[in-house]
Amino acid sequence: MDFVLLLTQTLNGLQLGVLLFLLASGLTLVFGIMDFVNLAHGSLYMMGAFICATFTFATGNFFIGILLAIPAMAVLGYAVEFGLARWLYTRDHLSHVLATFGLILIFDTLVQIIWGEAGIVVPLPEWLDGQVEILPGVVFPIFRLLIIGSGLSIAAGLFWLVNYTRLGMLIRAGASNRTMVSALGIDIQMLFGLVFALGSVLAGIAGMLISPITEAEIGMGNGIIITAFVVIIVGGIGSMKGAFIAAMLIGLIDTLGRSFLDDAFKLFMSSNSAETAAPAVSAMLIYILMAIILAVRPQGLFPPKVR
Amino acid sequence: MFKKALLGTLAAAFMASTAHAAEVKVGFVTTLTTPAAVIGKDMQNAVNLAVEHMGGKMGDLDINLIYGDDGFKPETGKQVTDKLVKQDNVDFVAGYIWSHVLLASRKSALDAGKFLISANAGPSPIAGKLCHENFFSTSWQNDQTPMAMGEVLNQKGVKSIYIMAPNYAAGKNMVAGVERTFKGEVKGKDLTKWGKDRQLDFSAELAKAKASGAEGIFVFYPGSAGGAFIKQYQQAGLTESLPLYSVFTVDGLSLPKLQAANFKAVLGSQTTQQWDPSLDNDQNKRFVADFKAKHGGYPSFYAAQAYDSMFLIKSAVEAVGGDLSKKDEMRAAMKSASYASVRGKYSYGNNNMPIQNFYLREVIEDAEGKWTTKVVQTVFEGHQDPYAGECSLN
Amino acid sequence: MSSNRPRQIFSLIIMVLLGILPPVFIWIGEPFYADLATRLVCLAIAAVSLNLILGYGGMVSFGHAVFIGIGAYAVGIPSYHATYGEWDAIASYNGLFQFGIAIGLSALFALIVGAICLRTKGVYFIMITMAFSQMMFFFFISQETYGGDDGLTIDIRSELPLINMDDPLQMYLLCYASLVAAVLFVRMIVRSRFGMVLRGGMGNEERMRMIGYNVYLYRLVAYVISGAIAGYAGALLGNFTTFISPEMMDWTRSGELMFMVILGGGGTSVGPVLGSILFIGLEFVIENTIALVNHDWAKYWHLPFGAFLIAVVLFVPGGVIGLFKGKGGKK
Repeated sequence: MDFVLLLTQTLNGLQLGVLLFLLASGLTLVFGIMDFVNLAHGSLYMMGAFICATFTFATGNFFIGILLAIPAMAVLGYAVEFGLARWLYTRDHLSHVLATFGLILIFDTLVQIIWGEAGIVVPLPEWLDGQVEILPGVVFPIFRLLIIGSGLSIAAGLFWLVNYTRLGMLIRAGASNRTMVSALGIDIQMLFGLVFALGSVLAGIAGMLISPITEAEIGMGNGIIITAFVVIIVGGIGSMKGAFIAAMLIGLIDTLGRSFLDDAFKLFMSSNSAETAAPAVSAMLIYILMAIILAVRPQGLFPPKVR
Repeated sequence: MFKKALLGTLAAAFMASTAHAAEVKVGFVTTLTTPAAVIGKDMQNAVNLAVEHMGGKMGDLDINLIYGDDGFKPETGKQVTDKLVKQDNVDFVAGYIWSHVLLASRKSALDAGKFLISANAGPSPIAGKLCHENFFSTSWQNDQTPMAMGEVLNQKGVKSIYIMAPNYAAGKNMVAGVERTFKGEVKGKDLTKWGKDRQLDFSAELAKAKASGAEGIFVFYPGSAGGAFIKQYQQAGLTESLPLYSVFTVDGLSLPKLQAANFKAVLGSQTTQQWDPSLDNDQNKRFVADFKAKHGGYPSFYAAQAYDSMFLIKSAVEAVGGDLSKKDEMRAAMKSASYASVRGKYSYGNNNMPIQNFYLREVIEDAEGKWTTKVVQTVFEGHQDPYAGECSLN
Repeated sequence: MSSNRPRQIFSLIIMVLLGILPPVFIWIGEPFYADLATRLVCLAIAAVSLNLILGYGGMVSFGHAVFIGIGAYAVGIPSYHATYGEWDAIASYNGLFQFGIAIGLSALFALIVGAICLRTKGVYFIMITMAFSQMMFFFFISQETYGGDDGLTIDIRSELPLINMDDPLQMYLLCYASLVAAVLFVRMIVRSRFGMVLRGGMGNEERMRMIGYNVYLYRLVAYVISGAIAGYAGALLGNFTTFISPEMMDWTRSGELMFMVILGGGGTSVGPVLGSILFIGLEFVIENTIALVNHDWAKYWHLPFGAFLIAVVLFVPGGVIGLFKGKGGKK
């Protein structure tokens, strides 16, 4: 196998992995603490991309765009919590799924009304638009490296937040025993709102980071959110560590599958059927992985200790 | 008696719009939701402009235009076609961006005895085995444009290419088309997920294309996917080492967006097409000028074909003096392709697919600083699609 | 369950209207509304089957549309081979054969998937059922022979004894009769001893286990029955639309089916039917009402529709049929 290609694809897989982690971490936080299933998490990812695009064009700089979009995403996340999620905590998961399904329709249409159907191409500063030679012969786009780098630093920041701060302590306590946290005299409503806003920011950042590569467009979150759900299920719902490992695993499987499966298939089928079968089968791979893991460990790889 | 009364009440209750003034009803199916709606909107603008240019009339008949949204899905496209045929009882069904939507919908329109005009999609079965006397195209058969590109590649002496296209009916036709004329080696192919959750991150595929050692890359990514592809192509630094040869990827829709984001890699890139905004004929000049005046940007080829489809219909209506029951005369009028097309004169083959010229176009900056295309050379003259022989019509 | 007069009467009215109105549409020459009704009835059958496990069994299956897809392809694939050759063993237009395959394969798939999924609970169950349906979605996309993503046109409908599916009225009556049969069948199951255990497992699983019932097994059987009925609905739907594609089993379709159940009222026999009517009817009404105000806004119909769905979840948790409360109330 071609070493250069393998290395490049591994990096591509990592890049997908960190994006998935940014999405999945918010999902798993919200689920772990509020026991709330948010299908519309992908819409927040989309909103992040559009809001950042708007600020980027207004200020002429992608990074200022991101800096302005982050507080906007926090406000939006808090608004969703305050306006909808809060009223559903006492209800079953089915209600969460259905209500947030409706929310997806609303967000998609709002984007269509506000920004139009066309989608927005987000421009990058010149120095980010090129590529860099990491090893002799291995050339990789700078911006994708930046995604990997910022994703990993955010992951590190999250681990610090969850493990070494007061908020993190409350989050961990809330995940395992909600009544205890309220008994400690903590404003649980406030905590929930903050966690939701944090999740929204994380999803928004993922959207902002991907938009210069693909573009900001309607419904961009509806496909990837399903993959993000697979990530948290495989990792164990509520587990940050699980989400991270599963995100990397699934990012790599998906990318490597897309990249090498057709060659593998050509060993035993015609070239043409291999070309068409491979993409679909590589799309199936992550679901097969999920089914196997759940069949063996119904709680995922790293289930939170207490629930 | 009772039946009549009931019919009257229900008809009044359900459709207030069944006024039978002298009118011609045209159903136009395109994509108005999802990101692909950007194409649908462009076509809609062109159709509305066509109606405006006609003064709202075809002959003596008022134009009653009804749009249908296919939602980028074959199933929805078929449903909306059923609605146009059965509820609105249109005389013509036109539009259709997507080959798979057209394939799913054709039966609904044709079985009901309607004329079906494709303003874009040209899947191979409809040109071949499934050809129909009431089906006409104002675009092309899918294979034709990439065949022209394959010819260009031969002329340029390109020895090997890598191919990327979406995994759906048209994508497969495009791949088949370029392979039909290209004489060099195809180093590799990738068909990517299309439809609602289409794949837009091509990192893995681009890395493979680069590693394949091909001399060029041939792609087909219509709509906004084209813009996404070109960006990543530039970001991956392939502009020099792996020249881009595309069809339906760089167009009036993607260029303004690419220009706004300053993706200069696209300037100078070449595509093949049967039409170009710079083509020199009166109909085209009027169309392009008025479109630009109204919408601020150049029309895309989708718009041009949608505009043509309305004039093709007009030629049929006028040929029978507004008597829409004379189907045979209308069919003959359309078959003669005697209307003024924005691409200039063309004719119809036995399968009602255009026999037309194909041009090589290059992306340039126009006098006002807008990015657009201009014709570089004529690749094919009077080109007919390769499936005409499979069609039993004559 | 019983002694809820207003609701029973209301349910009966719905079923009767559904039996009368569409044939009238066909009779007076309004084929479009008859088409809408036929599609609706096919989906209602699937919703009724989903209700068996969701409404009565508490199993939130987020992948029920997959059975519709399997059922539809069970019609499409034999018909394709009968028209275009190859695979003689399954090439057939015979409706009994096709419907048999539809039911059999759906049941088999439900058995395998159910055996794995039912080991999990809560949100894990929701997500794993969805994952399996996505898996089949991508599987059918990879089947290039049958059109892959582009879908498959059914050139010739199933041939059944006595019934001509090409005739809209006969087609509708077949679908309607199937719906009535499905409603009665589910009602019978639920009221049987089997149904008591199933419903008991939803309320208090531990207790049912204590008194010696293997709740897992009961759920699995219910899941298989439900899948088989939905597969049958898919075979009808495929025959009706004459066009099938992997899109039929996309996760959003499964979400819509869940909505139909909850909208009308889960855990009631006619609730899912009412839900299907409301869901499909509202899509149509909202879009056309907006179009009356401003034609260009019609494409934004998802906005009020989404808001409506949220409102139902928030304010009408028992579904619309739950508004008809008799002495018994819900359940």
